[in-house]
Amino acid sequence: MQAAQVIMVTGAHAAALAVKSARVDVVPGYPITPQTSIMEALAAMVENDELDARFIPVEGEHSALVAAVAASAAGARVFTATSANGLLYMHEVLHMASGGRLPVVMCNVNRGIFAPWTLWADHQDSFAQRDTGWIQYHCSSNQEVFNTILQAFRVAEQVNIPVMVNFDGFAISHCLMPLTVPPQEDIDRFLPPYQPEWRLDPAHPSSFSNVTNAPEYAVFRQMLSRDILASIPLVKQAAQEYKDITGMWDGDTIDTYRLEDAEVVALAVNSMAAELRLSIDILREQGIKAGLLRPRLILPFPAEDIMEALPRNAQVMVLDRNYNFGHNGGILASELKSALFGRRSDITVKNRVMGIGGLDLTRRFMAAEIRAMMDE
Amino acid sequence: MTTSIKKLPDTEQVLSGNGSCGGCPATMALRIVGKALGPNAIMLLTPSCAVASMGMTPRLGYNWPCINVCFATAGSSASGIANALEIMKEKGRLQGELPTVFSWVGDGGTYDIGLQALSAAAERNDNFIHFCYNNEAYSNTGVQRSGATPRGSFTTTTPTGKRQPKKNMALLMLEHNIPYVATATVAYPGDLYDKVVKARNIPGMKYIEILAPCYLGWQFDMSETVQMSRMAVRCGAWLLWEAENGKISFNNPSSHIISGKKDPVPVDEYLMKQGRFNRFLKGPDASQRIAEIQNDIDREIAFMRERAKIAV
Repeated sequence: MQAAQVIMVTGAHAAALAVKSARVDVVPGYPITPQTSIMEALAAMVENDELDARFIPVEGEHSALVAAVAASAAGARVFTATSANGLLYMHEVLHMASGGRLPVVMCNVNRGIFAPWTLWADHQDSFAQRDTGWIQYHCSSNQEVFNTILQAFRVAEQVNIPVMVNFDGFAISHCLMPLTVPPQEDIDRFLPPYQPEWRLDPAHPSSFSNVTNAPEYAVFRQMLSRDILASIPLVKQAAQEYKDITGMWDGDTIDTYRLEDAEVVALAVNSMAAELRLSIDILREQGIKAGLLRPRLILPFPAEDIMEALPRNAQVMVLDRNYNFGHNGGILASELKSALFGRRSDITVKNRVMGIGGLDLTRRFMAAEIRAMMDE
Repeated sequence: MTTSIKKLPDTEQVLSGNGSCGGCPATMALRIVGKALGPNAIMLLTPSCAVASMGMTPRLGYNWPCINVCFATAGSSASGIANALEIMKEKGRLQGELPTVFSWVGDGGTYDIGLQALSAAAERNDNFIHFCYNNEAYSNTGVQRSGATPRGSFTTTTPTGKRQPKKNMALLMLEHNIPYVATATVAYPGDLYDKVVKARNIPGMKYIEILAPCYLGWQFDMSETVQMSRMAVRCGAWLLWEAENGKISFNNPSSHIISGKKDPVPVDEYLMKQGRFNRFLKGPDASQRIAEIQNDIDREIAFMRERAKIAV
């Protein structure tokens, strides 16, 4: 029995190690900052025979995702990664993957969107792809990136829906943190080999994504909508079984911190939510009963779990690192309000947009923002 | 020796009851391609007439597993499938002879929106055949101009005739240093068949372009598809050639035009047989405009003659 290894790696390298542990078959890759180092690491693993897979050095992100989708249709386990404009360039292919019910797993390393150019993190890129039919995780540490990629493959292959694993550029992708790598035999137990229900096979000629009449098309879309919601229990099950095997836990659909008796609840995703734990401690020291609710899943939106976790009469301070253009605030706040409407009239929701284009979000800054929001 | 049409296999991969137009050259060509490839193949399609012809979900008029992909992505999709099959075979998850991966794509999906992904796949030399059935326009959407539309041709987006010549796509593919490039057309089925058989047995990226005279877009009677295809070759508007590892050789009857043994038939009759050049050639300067088109053809013949002499 091998023991788990603890190493110091960047978030990008943690992602590559998870992909290697998942024993993927095909990795199409294209560089974009800050995602590039994931692809560099995977290309090196393939060339050094550490990963028995094909690396396809494509000519753009549109092709990167298409090659992954097509390889998945041929029966392979596939992975690719991107950021910001690369993700936007993939937009129609995101729909092809989800509509085609192919369990592609992709990392998006969050970065603000052009124009103007920015290299730094915000969440406009992944949130702008909310309506493409992908399951979306958002992660707050290197370890969670590693753990989530393995959980993502498992969920994707159970429901035949692609999964996007998001984490912040630089704050996660380029920062070293200790990473526990479980023994490969444990990972193999958690994530068995991919056995597609259907693949492109000359022994069984069939068409994939051919033209449909409205009755068939509507049924395909209805099934996708239904099955995205049905993935929630599988997300929880994957997190629980991952914990049972590896001992590691990042939350399931949500993660909470000092929430049980909280009167003021901060709600945010990604690395800023890790920093927010420290803001919560500051607020607690100041005598404010503060807590944190961090959705790991933003699609499907874990409405039931949030509803259950929110203490009575809580004031929820949603800290959005994106804009919901046409509304006053961010997308996460809109999602929360939509879930609460008509169900929890005891809850107050307040919202601020912050950290856009990588503006620094320190624990003191966010604690002060939450205090200011309390007085609004 | 070119295989005679009488010697082509009886097997059919294009099934009866598909949705193609009468006299459709692309479907005729696909029948011949099917005879050469057999059933052990995977077909990729981008939006085109071939998709409209294959029947609607869940029916399928082609006897292969068929994947519809985004318009711009024939090259990268085929790369994904080819790489997936190879690694799964290496890992022992697939047994037996791997299927031939082939894309069946129009000139829009090849010359225009699909060029970037196709070029990259060629540069990587991924293992599949890209077929371009070239009807010299976006026929499926009702005949709009493409990069393959020749000078003078009417389309709905060039209502008085296109003002630019077409580009030489097959030659562009050859300059990617891929192991096999060929051109063909439906009037020479044995030539097409032999080229597909050859391509099937060469590892790496293969490109085969098939001139496909479309009665709807070119405006001729649907019974004259084969005749139109033959006229295009005889006047040199379409050259039959193939290149194995970069060495170009011309096939009959284009080889006689290139060698100078036979002069190409003047282009006039070819143009007049079709309705698509009528507008361009109406009026007092018609003869000058015919000369412009003739000049495009002569230039390509001269260029290809010289290019074929380069063998490194």
